[in-house]
Amino acid sequence: MDLWNWLEYGAWGLSALLGLHMLVDWLKTDSTYSEDVLTSSREGELEAMAEEHKAH
Amino acid sequence: MADVDITSQTMDGMGPHGTKVGLLRVLGPAHVWALGVGIVLVGEYMGWNFAVGKGGAYAALIACWFAGILYSCVAMIDSEVTSTVASAGGQYTQAKHIIGPLMAFNVGLYLVFAYTMLEAANAITAGYLFSVVAQMTGHAGDLDQRPFIILVIMFLAWLNYRGVLATLTFNLVITAIAFCAIIILFLSTSGVLGGGIMEHAALFEGHELPYGWIGVLAAMHFGLWYYLGIEGTTQAAEEVRSPARSLPFGTLAGIMTLLIAATLTWFMCSGVLPWEYLGDGVNGSVAPLFDTARLSGSTGLLWLLGFGTLFATLASANGCINDASRAWFAMGRDKYLPGWFGAVHPRYRTPYRSIVFLVPIALIFALGAPLDQVITFSILSGLLGYTFMPLNIILFRRKWPLDTIKRGYEHPFHPIPAITLLAICSITFFAVFLGYGTQLVAMIGFYIVVSLWFHFWRYRFVNRGAQFTMPWPKPRGY
Repeated sequence: MDLWNWLEYGAWGLSALLGLHMLVDWLKTDSTYSEDVLTSSREGELEAMAEEHKAH
Repeated sequence: MADVDITSQTMDGMGPHGTKVGLLRVLGPAHVWALGVGIVLVGEYMGWNFAVGKGGAYAALIACWFAGILYSCVAMIDSEVTSTVASAGGQYTQAKHIIGPLMAFNVGLYLVFAYTMLEAANAITAGYLFSVVAQMTGHAGDLDQRPFIILVIMFLAWLNYRGVLATLTFNLVITAIAFCAIIILFLSTSGVLGGGIMEHAALFEGHELPYGWIGVLAAMHFGLWYYLGIEGTTQAAEEVRSPARSLPFGTLAGIMTLLIAATLTWFMCSGVLPWEYLGDGVNGSVAPLFDTARLSGSTGLLWLLGFGTLFATLASANGCINDASRAWFAMGRDKYLPGWFGAVHPRYRTPYRSIVFLVPIALIFALGAPLDQVITFSILSGLLGYTFMPLNIILFRRKWPLDTIKRGYEHPFHPIPAITLLAICSITFFAVFLGYGTQLVAMIGFYIVVSLWFHFWRYRFVNRGAQFTMPWPKPRGY
């Protein structure tokens, strides 16, 4: 076993950790916040705000 | 349930239209530049040299400059429209507002396919680079590239998941290093600093155009590789602080950077490497800039260009994840795809479901498909997107002339750039057909089938009233 064999194992392990981190955070986020909040993003916010400024 | 009120004073002003959690506006023009140039610069490090194989070194230069004209038109047109339609989704959102839903659905898919395939191609390349380094450092036997390919995709997806500012600041740093490496190589090998090693006259003699003008035409296919992806700057539209200023500035600075980098790359590599070797990107010169550095005899340049190649590959994959996820997210938000994909992470303010969903797709292509096929599907999807742009800008100017909507940038000489872009796209389609006719027909067949699916099934779920968000006057003639 040379350094590169260890690096191969390291890459497998780090990939699994990063994937797991995203997955756990995803599940935690989905169970903490309501779907209405998570999918509340609307296109054109800047334009809408610009309109409001004009109106005032 | 957590008590979330992101419309409060402590948040950054999100509120109108009912947004409680939206993408974060934190980026500046430098990030836009890093996104555009970062995606593309890997094409200078590898890939463009297939154009030399198609028609010789001069053909690759002609393709470089003609593709440069094509992409200058793309950058100008994109800058004008995106500075006005400043939303995630880029060209998808433009198509939705200017042409119509079916065009928007197709453009959205072109974007997701082009970027996800390119991400997969970059991960394959990174795996290959690790194996080369392993060989150079004395590793016995073949390195298993799979863990490194997976690590590249997982690490960059994780970075994208955690926030756009860190993601594109990382891109800015590694893209700047990769670009500086090209400039330093040019200064060191061309004779500007010390002795030059260029042998253009000797290498070109008798090989000016080895396959004649048809070779020049065929070279156009890979000429795109010098600039493919610069249009990705538009995907940052909803996350830049000042879209009307930053997007045109970042995009136009990006195309200028690439025109310089592409020309210098051609000059250096064609002046050092014989065209037969340079043009064979599989068994010959896989990474021509790195090979040029090797021939310079300088260990410092060797390391610099080695890191430059790796950084350019990572920057490209990173930008592709950013862009593909924004396009997918925007389509989900409008219900062109399930609305579930339109979610934003309340803490990191990223389209986290779209980012995670595209990870396994990129992995499947990176681990299971050959590199040249993956690249070809990416190029074809990109080319279909460029063909839409002239139509888009002509309709945009006709429906909303300059005196009706204030633009952040107005591109000059309209409609000459649109007509030029359409003409060069037609030539490039023919060039692609010469080499990859089956894939071209298969790809167009695929888009026809999904268009039928969208028209007859999916469109009933689209939130039709809410999808047009720009406070524009009624289009002229309606």
